[in-house]
Amino acid sequence: MFKLSEIIKSIAVSAWFMFLTFPILVIKVNTYEKTIDWRWKNMILIGIASFFLSFLWRYMLKQKEYGSDKKKSKASSFFKNTVKNPKFYTSSIVLILCLIIAFPFVFSIYQTNIMTSALMYVVLGLGLNIVVGLAGLLDLGYVAFFAVGAYSYALLNHHFGITFFMALPIGALLGAFFGILLGFPVLRLKGDYLAIVTLGFGEIIRLILENWNDFSFGPSGIANIPKPSFFGINLSIYETTTYMYFIMILLVFLTVFVVNRLEDSRIGRAWIALKEDEVACQAMGIDKTKTKLYAFATGAAWAGLAGVVFAAKTSFINPASFTFLESAIILSLIVLGGMGSIFGVITGAFIFILLPEYLRAFSDYRMLVFGAAMVLMMVFRPQGIIKKRRRFYKISDSGGKKQR
Amino acid sequence: MVKKIKSRFLLFFLIFALFGFTVFFTSAKLSIAAEPIIIGIAGAHSGDLASYGIPTLRAAKLIIDEKNAKCGINNRKIKLLAEDDVCKPEIAVNTATKLISEGVHVVVGHICSGATKAALGIYKDVKIVVISPSATNPALTKSGNYPNFFRTIAPDDVQAKLEVDFAINILKVKKIAVLHDKGDYGKGLAEYARNFIKESKIAQVVLYEGVTPGAVDYSAVVQKIKRKKAEAVIFGGYHPEASKIITQMRKKRMKTIFISDDGVKDDTFIKVAGESAEGVYATGPKNTSNNPIALKAVSDHKRVYGEDPGAFFLNAYSAVLAILNAIEKSCSTDYNSLTNALKTEFVATPLGILKFDDKGDAIGVGFSMYQVKNGVFVKIKQAL
Amino acid sequence: MEYFAELFLGGLTRGSIYALIAIGYTMVYGIIELINFAHGEIYMIGAFTALIAASVFNFLGFGQITVFLLATAVAIIYSAAYGFTIEKIAYKPLRNAHRLSPLISAIGMSIFLQNYVMLAQTSNFVRFPKLIPDFEFIEPVAHIIGSSEIVIFVVAAIVMLALTFLIKFTKTGKAMRATAQDKTMAMLIGINVDFIISITFIIGSAIAAIGGVLIAAHIGQINFYIGFVAGIKAFTAAVLGGIGSIYGAALGAFVLGWTESFATGYVSSDYEDLFAFSLLVIILIFKPEGLVGKSTAPKV
Repeated sequence: MFKLSEIIKSIAVSAWFMFLTFPILVIKVNTYEKTIDWRWKNMILIGIASFFLSFLWRYMLKQKEYGSDKKKSKASSFFKNTVKNPKFYTSSIVLILCLIIAFPFVFSIYQTNIMTSALMYVVLGLGLNIVVGLAGLLDLGYVAFFAVGAYSYALLNHHFGITFFMALPIGALLGAFFGILLGFPVLRLKGDYLAIVTLGFGEIIRLILENWNDFSFGPSGIANIPKPSFFGINLSIYETTTYMYFIMILLVFLTVFVVNRLEDSRIGRAWIALKEDEVACQAMGIDKTKTKLYAFATGAAWAGLAGVVFAAKTSFINPASFTFLESAIILSLIVLGGMGSIFGVITGAFIFILLPEYLRAFSDYRMLVFGAAMVLMMVFRPQGIIKKRRRFYKISDSGGKKQR
Repeated sequence: MVKKIKSRFLLFFLIFALFGFTVFFTSAKLSIAAEPIIIGIAGAHSGDLASYGIPTLRAAKLIIDEKNAKCGINNRKIKLLAEDDVCKPEIAVNTATKLISEGVHVVVGHICSGATKAALGIYKDVKIVVISPSATNPALTKSGNYPNFFRTIAPDDVQAKLEVDFAINILKVKKIAVLHDKGDYGKGLAEYARNFIKESKIAQVVLYEGVTPGAVDYSAVVQKIKRKKAEAVIFGGYHPEASKIITQMRKKRMKTIFISDDGVKDDTFIKVAGESAEGVYATGPKNTSNNPIALKAVSDHKRVYGEDPGAFFLNAYSAVLAILNAIEKSCSTDYNSLTNALKTEFVATPLGILKFDDKGDAIGVGFSMYQVKNGVFVKIKQAL
Repeated sequence: MEYFAELFLGGLTRGSIYALIAIGYTMVYGIIELINFAHGEIYMIGAFTALIAASVFNFLGFGQITVFLLATAVAIIYSAAYGFTIEKIAYKPLRNAHRLSPLISAIGMSIFLQNYVMLAQTSNFVRFPKLIPDFEFIEPVAHIIGSSEIVIFVVAAIVMLALTFLIKFTKTGKAMRATAQDKTMAMLIGINVDFIISITFIIGSAIAAIGGVLIAAHIGQINFYIGFVAGIKAFTAAVLGGIGSIYGAALGAFVLGWTESFATGYVSSDYEDLFAFSLLVIILIFKPEGLVGKSTAPKV
């Protein structure tokens, strides 16, 4: 079954990994008591594990190269047909709507709460998707706008008693404003220069929040941010959690609707054109400046919106919640889910936020698994879980007919 | 076209369904009989701040195992429920909701002030008493916003006051540089220290600055301390930054006095800073190592875990004892009787005999000044 | 004036360290246009390996200088090995994927490596042994500059000169430049592109390891997270100078080091990073290709 050369290869890989992990996994020095702990067991484990995993690795790579066509066989087409079947379609919509509505009443407050978090990341992901997925502008400082939204609610509430629902549009507007503020200077930048400037911008916002005590209360943050009230009635924590969940569901529906419509609009097409080829895009008469600024502003507006919800949900914010890692996670979830595809982003958000929550059992190994999963996912399915289907034109005998 | 969009929405709904079911199956397991008293332990149990959270978990385990070996409290067994918040406010909210959805009666935690602030609102709403071994932010008790909150550690302002008084009255320094690590804890403490120095009108603050945690070196800040001719440095923050600053100061042959807080009064600080740590002052919880309960707690820890206990172990041990005592004395886990018992009943703990004041701070828990001498923290004799 | 000199030297130390890490970023970027986020972790692994090796050698009773050299050698070998392996696992299968995929893979690798070291070793800060001895001749000026700083300058200078020589005059260096310019053409003229990419990762990682050992010996402590901040700063430096150019990386690193040092010295260390990032933004606005980067006309 296995060729000898394969086995030799795997032995080499296993030897290499035993060498590689030797100092860090095997030796543990105690520099204070001057003792050395030799953990040979780890070396054996690594050797055995890498021996077998290397087979799997090569097999999977081969599958990826040759087998990608075969996979689209019966199973997926059966799935597609079932999905398209109107009977199945309507009944499942009803079922799922019921599920969404029933969710907070069936499950515990904790489940509802993390579901709300996941929904928040759906909004964030869809927002960033406009900038990165549609317009192709790599933004590594997206969390800055999230912070703007969160702080605008927290500060406005603290000083002027602005309520949650008033803060929502304000947060979105401020987010958009900061998006434009960032957009102007970086208009000339391309690719990775843009990435680092946005990263710098994100850090600048965080540093200002951290250091400018009189304005933002510095690292001690703002506590006691009120949760939204239900027409003036203050709710208990159980009711509020449910309430926040439904607010988030509505926001997600709104976001999905708007983003979906934007994609097909004139500006959406302009973004995609911009992403594909800037020069050609300009030659077509698209105003590059305006298009880019629109992308930054609309993307940032959603982050501002999500920020307001975040502040209300956590009831305490400080600059430590808005680090670069957060930007990286939002970016990762859209790439992992499938960039440009709305459904992909939603899937990505659920996996990224819910997976670490449910991986709590592994506690210490959680982030290790998370990092490894990101790498493996990219290696074996770089286009993301759900691939964006491109729109194309099919010329048939009866003239041009648009298809997707 | 419409159909296409529909199918997309459908897929989107399917994912909801999928997660709904996962969630259903995970939560199905969680139905617990309401018989035992459930104590939630919340704090950082993984990640880089785990070393602050694990000792609390261990303290609780030691006490609860011992109580359960007899017949629990009021003939009810005690069940421990640990939840990790990695010291992040946004995670702490999830942790708190998870604990209350699993029906905890009281919570010991959280470890970090920020996470505690975020979680307290939730506990307050469902009337659960929270007792923290290490959340030192003064506003937690002094703002009066959280009547359900208690702690077995003195707030930061007490510590800052001690540091400043010690510097001005005992060491007789006139020029003080106040540094912090830009963190919630460090900056808060440094601000108190700065204000106390200003109020004293004897000494002056020659430098007030935050250093960036994790920066590759601190030579510029150290040069600045030298240029401002500060006689003493008061640093608010944790030991990694403190040991970097002190090492660089000593490398530059500066003899400036270094005073810091209980984030630094940790044996790791001496281990990492080595000979540079010699002579450094740090405030820490009052030395109670001769207290019989403390001796027992530490020896139990050594017996079970084979090593010395970590940060806030005794505070956590006291917190658990205090809350169990309150449950026992009030014969219930009811919110009002619990808070009442905590405020009225004295309890013997490793930190001495305690009860809590109206705001939730433990009476009798304070700080002492320590100095590193020959590689160990030694309590300074001068009474303050 | 003395104060200025002190800040200048402080900036130079920082700059040298940033430069040693930034070179790795810029080399990798120059060849495969990838922001290698895991590069900071290579630096951290270099420091950790050196710590472990130094402790073992100390045990065996070698002298201080011998331990320093041996530990550095081990760190270089291991970092290079890690760099090589990471490229093979996380980036090579993605050579033809969308530009963002390797970036995400790199972020994942970075998270993985941090947690790997944290779980295998410790999450606490550990003391790094004093590998660089206090030189006698430095004592009169010890309040301004220490022996570890001098070693850092000297080593950084040597490494940069050696690298320049390698890139300019050796066959491998020429092949690297050819690959950077055009991978397909390089392949056509018989350059083994995969091999050159591996070599680039190995050299970049080895240099980062040197940086790791030096800075760890300088500040005397390490933990699993040190690579993150240093990595971001070095990356900033590389972009500041003009990513893809080795001179640019060095120049950017020193500019960044001095900016931070003087900002702390004359303004406030509260705003040290704010100055660093604002400088980056301002320079890129006026010179979008970085300090020494060449502007290229868009390909049509």
